[in-house]
Amino acid sequence: MAVWRVKFTKTKRDKLAQVLWILNWFSVLTGAILFSLGIFLKVELNKQEEMMADRDIHYVPNMLIAVGLIACAINFLGGKICYDCVDTNKFLRWKLIMLPYIIFTFFFTFCVLVGALMCYTMRGELEESLNLGLTQAMKFYKDTDTPGRCFLKRTVDILQIEFQCCGNNGYKDWFQIQWISNRYLDMTHKDVADRLRSNVEGKYLMDGVPFSCCNIDSPRPCIQQQITNNSAHFNYEHQTEELNLRMKGCRQALLDYFTHIMQSIGLTVLIIWLFELSVLTGVRFLQTSLENVLKQGDPDSESDGWLLENSFMETARTNLNIIKSLGKSNQIDDGNNGDPNINVPSTSIANYGPDNVPPKEAPEAS
Amino acid sequence: MVVMKMKFPFQKRVQLAKGLWLLSLSATVAGALTFSLGCILKTELLRRAEVMDNSNIHVVPNTLMIVGLASLGINYFASKICQDALDAGQFPRWKNFLKPYFAISSFFTVLMLLAVIMSFAMTGSLEFSLKVGLRNGIRFYKDTDTPGRCFQKQNIDYLQMAFECCGNNDFRDWFEVQWISNRYLDFNSKEVKDRIKSNVDGRYLVDGVPFSCCNPTSPRPCIQYQLTNNTAHYNYDYQTEELNIYLRGCREALVNYYMGLMNTIGTAVLSVFLLQGSVLVSLRFLQTSMEAVAGQENTEIETEGYLLEKGVKETVMEFVDPLMKFLLFTNKVEEGESTSAATT
Repeated sequence: MAVWRVKFTKTKRDKLAQVLWILNWFSVLTGAILFSLGIFLKVELNKQEEMMADRDIHYVPNMLIAVGLIACAINFLGGKICYDCVDTNKFLRWKLIMLPYIIFTFFFTFCVLVGALMCYTMRGELEESLNLGLTQAMKFYKDTDTPGRCFLKRTVDILQIEFQCCGNNGYKDWFQIQWISNRYLDMTHKDVADRLRSNVEGKYLMDGVPFSCCNIDSPRPCIQQQITNNSAHFNYEHQTEELNLRMKGCRQALLDYFTHIMQSIGLTVLIIWLFELSVLTGVRFLQTSLENVLKQGDPDSESDGWLLENSFMETARTNLNIIKSLGKSNQIDDGNNGDPNINVPSTSIANYGPDNVPPKEAPEAS
Repeated sequence: MVVMKMKFPFQKRVQLAKGLWLLSLSATVAGALTFSLGCILKTELLRRAEVMDNSNIHVVPNTLMIVGLASLGINYFASKICQDALDAGQFPRWKNFLKPYFAISSFFTVLMLLAVIMSFAMTGSLEFSLKVGLRNGIRFYKDTDTPGRCFQKQNIDYLQMAFECCGNNDFRDWFEVQWISNRYLDFNSKEVKDRIKSNVDGRYLVDGVPFSCCNPTSPRPCIQYQLTNNTAHYNYDYQTEELNIYLRGCREALVNYYMGLMNTIGTAVLSVFLLQGSVLVSLRFLQTSMEAVAGQENTEIETEGYLLEKGVKETVMEFVDPLMKFLLFTNKVEEGESTSAATT
């Protein structure tokens, strides 16, 4: 009882082969699209690599790149096969390769699906990575004289301006770190000395933020220093002021940006997966119908095509047995001491006499 | 006196027609390119329209767009004509069409050259327009509550951050303008009152700049206020400090940006002009050589092709004369009417 049996006339088979040829070439294009989506994601992640604590997240674009390249190769081969399948003679060339090709492609489509799902599950890891990375970057904001960290200030400033955000969770993160280097603090000044003394670790903390946190939509000039002190500024209410600084945290802003990219890419990859699967189904039908035609002998006759010859359970059982016997092929059969020739029944009509007759003793020559 | 006479055997005519067909195809593509370059330039100019006082500079992209569209039509007809030129029977039907066609094509080709020249030469006009526009923008920076000007602050801030510039000529322009609105000044404070009293016009001027002038590449946190006062900040020398705020003026930054864009576009359109010119010259040769074939029994004879039948001056007079006659005739009619009106 075959799974999804369909009758194929000769013209229907030819048409199927031609359509599949075109679809396979289209799939090469979608494979290239997958590859370029992977490259795009890698470039975007690299642009913000200073804000990410670890590079593990790069397995997602790497997977997409690999899958895209393999998809191009597979569909190119599929296109060649389908082009030859219009002619039954040329099909004989590919006959032995087709079934392994279909099985390989079927498992490969799982990889495409995994790639799509990874796009959606990446979010949690990304959040962790961004959290740590941003905390580090803000801590080293003031170290513009330390080699290896001297451009971190510029990177953070440009990030806050571009993504319209401030700090890790919010602008208050800047109150908890010293972001003004000691090189620019007048240690002899009373205010500075007081502030340093009042802090346990001797850090110069203030309720101010860098200029890159300023919101350009604000109707008044930016208030960066003494943000929590209402009396320091005229007509200013710290609790209700929303337009002065950027309220969004940079972690949230970056996460939103990358999640948006990932969701679009994930959706595209899912659609490509469905397309690949349908092309594979078509190739399977083509293969089975051509094989049946060859079995029948007449290349112009009608034949059946199916997905699976037997039902799912039987096919699964048969395949499991094959896999088990592959494992057993190295073991010796103990019954006949390994000799396959013993106990082969004789089928000849001629009677050569009874077995095991001892030879007559030849007369000794004197 | 014929201009540029050349002999054209049959094979050479055929080759000219085929080559011209390919050339006109590429000229069509080039015309579409010109149109799109004009659109790009116009979009870029419109994006910064708030800091431009007048729109004189828009004549460049407008001309480019017109010329691009016209060249599409010109080259379409050119390809049709040279397709028919291979067949001596079909060619005569273009006879009456070709004279006005060449007149119009030459006009648009010259217009293309004018657009190229303008894209290089209009720096002065652009600079003046930006100067006035930026001055107004800086003056109205504080008027975020005045309808019609409430987005000036946002525009100027965004401009200064995007183009990495400060002020009109440089950051000192901000010292001469009150950019902090009175709404946010505490008039009870002694300091504010002193400053306003010390100014002739009663304006609150400071030696400070908005935050959008701050340079992110500076190693120290941005110093916006009391820029000229070295003692107000630790380890700070106003004369030698280069990285703190952007030193470039926004006018210079914008002029450089737009001139770079227009120079690139001008160079590309110049090559399109040369291509278009060669199409027209080849078509003229083809036309004149095919006209000599018309009426002959043997269409494969050698003919002569030329650019202009008479000299340059005479050809120009030929075109200008009907125009002059038309204008003079209308004048004469008017004069005649006025004299007849005077006598009655």
